[in-house]
Amino acid sequence: MWKILLFLLMSYVIVSAYLNPAPQQSLGEISRIFYFHVPVAWVSVLAFLVSMFNAVRYLKTRDWHYDIKSSSAAQIGLLFAFLATVSGSIWASVSWGSYWNWDPRQVSIFILLLIYGAYFALRSAIMENEKKATLSAVYSILSFIAVPFLIFVIPRVFESLHPATSVVDENLKIQMSPKVSLIFFPALIGFTILFFWIWNLQVKIFALKLKKGG
Amino acid sequence: MPNRFSDWVTKIITVFKKEIKSEFRTRYAFNSLVMFAVVTLTVLSLAVGQFALTDSVKSALLWVVLFFSSMSGLAQVFIKEEERKTASILKLSALPYHIFLGKFFFNLILLFILEIITVPLFLILFEVRVQTWDLFLAVLFLGSVGLASTTTIIAAIVSKTDLKGTLLTILSFPLLLPVLGISIQGTKVAVTGAPFYSGFAEVKFLFSYIVVMLTASLLLFETVWME
Repeated sequence: MWKILLFLLMSYVIVSAYLNPAPQQSLGEISRIFYFHVPVAWVSVLAFLVSMFNAVRYLKTRDWHYDIKSSSAAQIGLLFAFLATVSGSIWASVSWGSYWNWDPRQVSIFILLLIYGAYFALRSAIMENEKKATLSAVYSILSFIAVPFLIFVIPRVFESLHPATSVVDENLKIQMSPKVSLIFFPALIGFTILFFWIWNLQVKIFALKLKKGG
Repeated sequence: MPNRFSDWVTKIITVFKKEIKSEFRTRYAFNSLVMFAVVTLTVLSLAVGQFALTDSVKSALLWVVLFFSSMSGLAQVFIKEEERKTASILKLSALPYHIFLGKFFFNLILLFILEIITVPLFLILFEVRVQTWDLFLAVLFLGSVGLASTTTIIAAIVSKTDLKGTLLTILSFPLLLPVLGISIQGTKVAVTGAPFYSGFAEVKFLFSYIVVMLTASLLLFETVWME
């Protein structure tokens, strides 16, 4: 049932993103990517949070299900972080003139990619499953702790081209015309559900593989 | 309470002394740290020494040298325990907290000795004229504590893996990026001659990072160590 709803929701998002006028008139047609780029970036951060949360639960319970949940979330997070980087890069090349210019958001997504990369490098360097789960859980928590510092640091060190006040302004009020938000928020919800769906499938696959293997 | 506290301190000092003793036998970590730093400094000086570099480039170079040198030697504290199979005996003879803090202080002292050698060399080779010494030293001190705290817990993780040395840089870089970024910023402020209070935000930031990282490390170290 919810799969049909998700299908309808995503179809609505995709169709209306192209049929309605572009969200930012000043940026032109390219700004339609907003409806896909921002939710994808949001999912990559959400996956990181889910991964950390399950890492904590693993360390508390030592139940290997949580390790599978944590690592699967990180895998999907890596994929979405990659997609966000690529889509953001394309957008940047059109509106700012270059694919990569170390804008704060680009730095943050790059660091997220680095953390995911390091996480999987660590996992591939350990043979024993239990050891792998514990050490990667610890690393996941440590890297999560460093992230707030990065959010504070990066804007001080690098200058931004990203519109800081286009979606949310200084008083944390949403700055969007109702027409845009009617597409944007369904897109956000749709991508979030999509993430949990893929995650759930991934967890099931891994659990089956582990059972078969031993 | 005071009794317990002094007990803590003596235990930590015991681990620290043991580290110093075993380091003096081989001087492995110390040699690799210092030689790495000297080699990088020479390469940098030969490559870009004759150009007039801006202050921000110079302060970035200083922290690049410190970061990569510490990556080359600071993981040894835990790797050597695994390689010499002495980890189990250490597990029996001291609590995880004592071991972590003892090894952290050892790494910190190692880093300070490295800095006593490399920082003056750097200042001479690159003709850096530090204007605000108190800020410069404060940033150097806090930046090193940040470096040592993060590398110690990551070294504990790395020593349990099959790859060991090579992983340390990959794992610590994303965590150390805030420390490096702010230290470079702070060093730049100190070199350009702004008064101490203009770099106070950097000092506060580094301090809070250290507190958070050390607390998290102390909480998580036991799970890593007993693995």
